[in-house]
Amino acid sequence: MITLSAYVIVAIVLFGIGTIGVLISRNLIILFMSVELMLNAANLTLIAFSRAMNVLDGHVFVFLVLTIAAAEAAVGLAMVITLFRNRETINIDRYDLLKW
Amino acid sequence: MSDYLFLIPLFPLIGFITNGLLIGRLPKPVISFVGCSTVFLSFALSVMVFFELKAMPAGLRVIEQVLFTWIPSGSFHVNIGLLLDPLSAVMILVVSGVGFLIHVYSVGYMHNDPGYGRYFTYLNLFTFAMLTLVLADNFLLMFVGWEGVGLCSYLLIGFWFEKKSASDAGKKAFIVNRIGDFGFLLGMFLVFWTVGSLDFLTVSEKAPEVFTYGGALITTTCILLFVGAVGKSAQIPLYVWLPDAMEGPTPVSALIHAATMVTAGVYMVARTNALFILTPDALLVVAIIGVVTAFFAATIGLAQNDIKRVLAYSTVSQLGYMFLACGVASFAAGIFHLMTHAFFKALLFLGAGSVIHAMSDEQDMRNMGGLKKYLPITFSTMFIATLAIAGIPPLSGFFSKDEILWKSFSSDFGHPLFWILGFVTAGLTAFYMFRLVFMTFYGKERMDDKTRTHIHESPKTMTIPLIILAVFSVIGGFVGIPHIFGVTNQFEHWLEPVMATSAGAAESHVLAAGGGDTGMEWTLMLLSVVLVAVSIYFAHLLYKKRTELATSLRERFSGLHRTLLNKYYVDEFYGAVVVRPVVYLSLFLWKVFDVVVIDGFLNGLASRYHEVSEFLRFGQTGRVRTYATVFIFGVVLVVAYMLMD
Repeated sequence: MITLSAYVIVAIVLFGIGTIGVLISRNLIILFMSVELMLNAANLTLIAFSRAMNVLDGHVFVFLVLTIAAAEAAVGLAMVITLFRNRETINIDRYDLLKW
Repeated sequence: MSDYLFLIPLFPLIGFITNGLLIGRLPKPVISFVGCSTVFLSFALSVMVFFELKAMPAGLRVIEQVLFTWIPSGSFHVNIGLLLDPLSAVMILVVSGVGFLIHVYSVGYMHNDPGYGRYFTYLNLFTFAMLTLVLADNFLLMFVGWEGVGLCSYLLIGFWFEKKSASDAGKKAFIVNRIGDFGFLLGMFLVFWTVGSLDFLTVSEKAPEVFTYGGALITTTCILLFVGAVGKSAQIPLYVWLPDAMEGPTPVSALIHAATMVTAGVYMVARTNALFILTPDALLVVAIIGVVTAFFAATIGLAQNDIKRVLAYSTVSQLGYMFLACGVASFAAGIFHLMTHAFFKALLFLGAGSVIHAMSDEQDMRNMGGLKKYLPITFSTMFIATLAIAGIPPLSGFFSKDEILWKSFSSDFGHPLFWILGFVTAGLTAFYMFRLVFMTFYGKERMDDKTRTHIHESPKTMTIPLIILAVFSVIGGFVGIPHIFGVTNQFEHWLEPVMATSAGAAESHVLAAGGGDTGMEWTLMLLSVVLVAVSIYFAHLLYKKRTELATSLRERFSGLHRTLLNKYYVDEFYGAVVVRPVVYLSLFLWKVFDVVVIDGFLNGLASRYHEVSEFLRFGQTGRVRTYATVFIFGVVLVVAYMLMD
């Protein structure tokens, strides 16, 4: 039997990796993947608590989050492609026109 | 009929709205028709309600019509209500009657003016405001009318605003009147504070219980109210705006600055007689200001050369007589003189307008002379008015002025000194008025040839009002023939119900005015008639028969003459003592306080913010990762804080 806290610890680790990935990566694609990781950490918590408390709300919510994540990935990748076409780079530190 | 009382001020308002909204779109005959007919309807209605009032028993002659509640605020309750009693009945008759004649006269006088529509709009608005003023049943509504007539006065003095002197005169009238209005407002506050109501009937009824006779509170209240009257009715020290107001069109001078608006102060004092009667000190102030103004203005009138300015100073002087009457607690005599004065002074101004019209806008009497044969109707009507104002029996001015002189001598509040000053003023009045007539209508023709060929008698719309007013100037006095002629004084009797409340209130202090010694009254009357005759003789001698005598006299007393010609340098004095410091203070407030202190503070604050932002903007790197890092730190901090609890 896997305890609830085990799920939560895994989720925290996943979320932490995702966060660090967002903060340190310069590659836009990697940044994207890190965001997905964070989303899935959240999903994992939802499922875990849903099961532990024996209600279905968490499951339903995860489906919603997955759908949104898929849509977000589609739109996000399209934007990445457009950005790449314009700037010929996916290094996000170069996207810094909106400053002082 | 009295149910339709509210229509009396409403008609001119309708005229004002019609003419005002369609300015520049209506043809002249329509403008004239709307302007005149609305005032005529008011007059017709005034006559009807007057007769209805007359049919009622003397003690019950009060009709109060409350239209709606204007300000219901706790204990402060003000209605839009109209009050018709013998006093306001006289006033609405004078205002709408004389007003109508002047409207008709204006049709002829202003026929070439490009601002014809605007002129009638203002004139109708004025009539509306003046009728509101006299019909108001409380102080506040009266104040609305009071400010309304002030506004119209300003607009009409500055009617030819392209002329700098006209717009300056308008501003002067408005600003000087503000000083008086301030006193009126303070007086009104005191009345409300002490009596708890602004309603005239309530105030008159409660005043004797609320105030102690001759107390400081009632004296202050009355003097403050009187300050308002001083401003509006051009008494010392606030009279300076009236002579300058002659920059307006002449019918305006006749309507606003002679017959109606300037008498609003007298009306207000008479309306609040229940308060004034309680304070001998305030009455003394009123009488002194009145009689001194009467004398002072008459002396200035002696030396003026502008035909309208002579009449303006004469108006100030006659208003002084009215206040003298009020000051010796014979308010009925004041209102009587107000009425007769409205007739003959309006006539004099309209006559002067007719002369100016004929002389191609020349106003200097030194360039006139010999106009008698060119302007027969104007001459004869003006001559009648001059006889009336000089006090030749049995014309209207004789009865009203003599009533005032006698009351100033015999009343309990009177004093022989008042009589002497008033008596001398009567002589001066006769002198300067006949000087005006002789300089204008007799003697050598001093105008240039171009003007002379243009001289013509005025059109019928102008001469008919002159004739009607002349008739009233002759017969107007018969309503108030004094007791000694063996009849009852109808006018005084008519106003008795309004004044009776006050006489009853202070019964122990005031004996019935009048009384006195008939022999004395005859003597004084005879004396003033003799003085007037002598004055006329001198005017005749100096300005008709032997004009070189006038010149030599002028040279002999050149200092005095110059002082009079320059109006005792009062304008210069006010300029130095009041206007200049105010201008400098304003300059200081503008250049130093406004620009340096206020603007400096605000601009300084703004530039400090600017400097701080210059530094802080470097936080905006434009990099997503920087923002994300800050954001996550923030989240961590918030979560940590929440976990700590």
